[in-house]
Amino acid sequence: MLFELAGLTYRYEGVTAIDDLSLAIQEGSRIALLGANGSGKSTLLRLLDGLIFGQSGTIAFCGGEVSEEHLLDDAFALAFRRSVGMVFQNPDVQLFNPTVFDEVAFGPLQLRWATSMIRDRVDEILDRLRIGHLRNRVPQRLSGGEKKRVALASVLVLDPAVLLLDEPTAALDPRSQSEMIDLMMEWGGGSKSVITATHDLGDLEAIADHCFVLDGGKLVAEGRPDSILADRDLLRRTNLIHAHRHGHRRGDRHSHPHLHEIFTH
Amino acid sequence: MERALYAENTAERNGLLQGLDARVKVASTLAMTVAVALSANLWVIGAVFALAIGLAALSAIPIRTLAGHAWLGALVFSGLIAIPAVFVTPGTPVFGSPMTMQGLRTASFLTLRAVDATTLIFLLAYTTPWSHILKSLRIFRVPVVFVVILGMTTRYILLLLETAHDMFQSRKSRRVNRLTPAENRRLAISSSGVLLHKTLHLSGEVYQAMQSRGFRGEVYLLNDFRMRSRDWFAAGAFATSAAAFILLGR
Repeated sequence: MLFELAGLTYRYEGVTAIDDLSLAIQEGSRIALLGANGSGKSTLLRLLDGLIFGQSGTIAFCGGEVSEEHLLDDAFALAFRRSVGMVFQNPDVQLFNPTVFDEVAFGPLQLRWATSMIRDRVDEILDRLRIGHLRNRVPQRLSGGEKKRVALASVLVLDPAVLLLDEPTAALDPRSQSEMIDLMMEWGGGSKSVITATHDLGDLEAIADHCFVLDGGKLVAEGRPDSILADRDLLRRTNLIHAHRHGHRRGDRHSHPHLHEIFTH
Repeated sequence: MERALYAENTAERNGLLQGLDARVKVASTLAMTVAVALSANLWVIGAVFALAIGLAALSAIPIRTLAGHAWLGALVFSGLIAIPAVFVTPGTPVFGSPMTMQGLRTASFLTLRAVDATTLIFLLAYTTPWSHILKSLRIFRVPVVFVVILGMTTRYILLLLETAHDMFQSRKSRRVNRLTPAENRRLAISSSGVLLHKTLHLSGEVYQAMQSRGFRGEVYLLNDFRMRSRDWFAAGAFATSAAAFILLGR
């Protein structure tokens, strides 16, 4: 088992963000963490990445406990950081180096790779993500889509076994969204584990083979994308779809829950 | 922000200084600035100025840009300090006025040295990416952590400036009447508070993003500079010039 969570609870400033959560994620699976804003998706990703730690319960990664104490151990920390990579929702958070090249080289440098290997690997990943021309560009001169690509490159350069993505297509134009999804799907020839936090149901079947639905920090449902998408009550209850007024060609106006992308399939 | 963007653009141009190793430029700028500071000869200070103008021309940096960005500020600020010296320095009066020859000479030294140093620094900034300048500081044994923190500081100052600019525009778009000075002050203070809150939140997130990619308290830097024959030649030429200016300026 890749990740196993048992009775995990995380609170901050009096708010329970993750509430007694237990779930298991298998190696090589593509997982979608679904939920409306504030449902605990981003917090769960940070817990999985060992950036924050719950007040109770446990997280195990490949059998080893992910705890503050264990991450103080050099060998465990290096192996864990090498295996698990996270792309943050706001790319500005992740682009803290002066140039794109330095950004992508940051991870390998911290993991103490040989200099020649870092140069080769950074150039290779920049070319693969078609951002080689941005090599010496400063982050403030990148577009939103380019920033997301650089953030993704800065994680993929380590070739992690698990990729955690927090709203990877948020605030991107349709073309960049589609390119980003293609990149995620192509990565590792489809053999790697990808855990994506999203509330965008449009590309759910393309990015996941299993979904966990969160609401108020609790796991309220899990299953295959098609079964989750078919459960309209669940989607409405968890604010993933909503009713709104709209018109039809014949001219009448009414309101009912919408999931436009799915109806077009 | 505009200046930073302009500097990034000029640093990418095809010019003499743009083609040189950043470490050569940083060391040469320092050497030339020291030569100017030590010089007791106005001709030597003038010669360094002429050299800087020549280098600017060969590096596609317009003289008008240097005049607007570098000289104006240097002349105003050093002039404000130097003007009293023109009158209070004891010496021979100039055409019976309260000004003295010695005072004029002292003021000229002060302002010309300031103009020279500013021109050299701007020339370095406009022909070298900021990240390369920072990395070059390692030749002076500046600790890696200091270089990295400086780089991150620049990066996030620009990001927060952008945020502050957006906040200002959003306020402007919703304002109808002119605000009283007291209201303006209140808004400025509340905006500062919001920015501080955003900064704290951002710093926490950046730290997590660093941890996520293996940061464990020690930073490492990749030095991708390579000295070529033209860099060695330029280093030799600048070192010889700086030594000559120091000797001639004594």
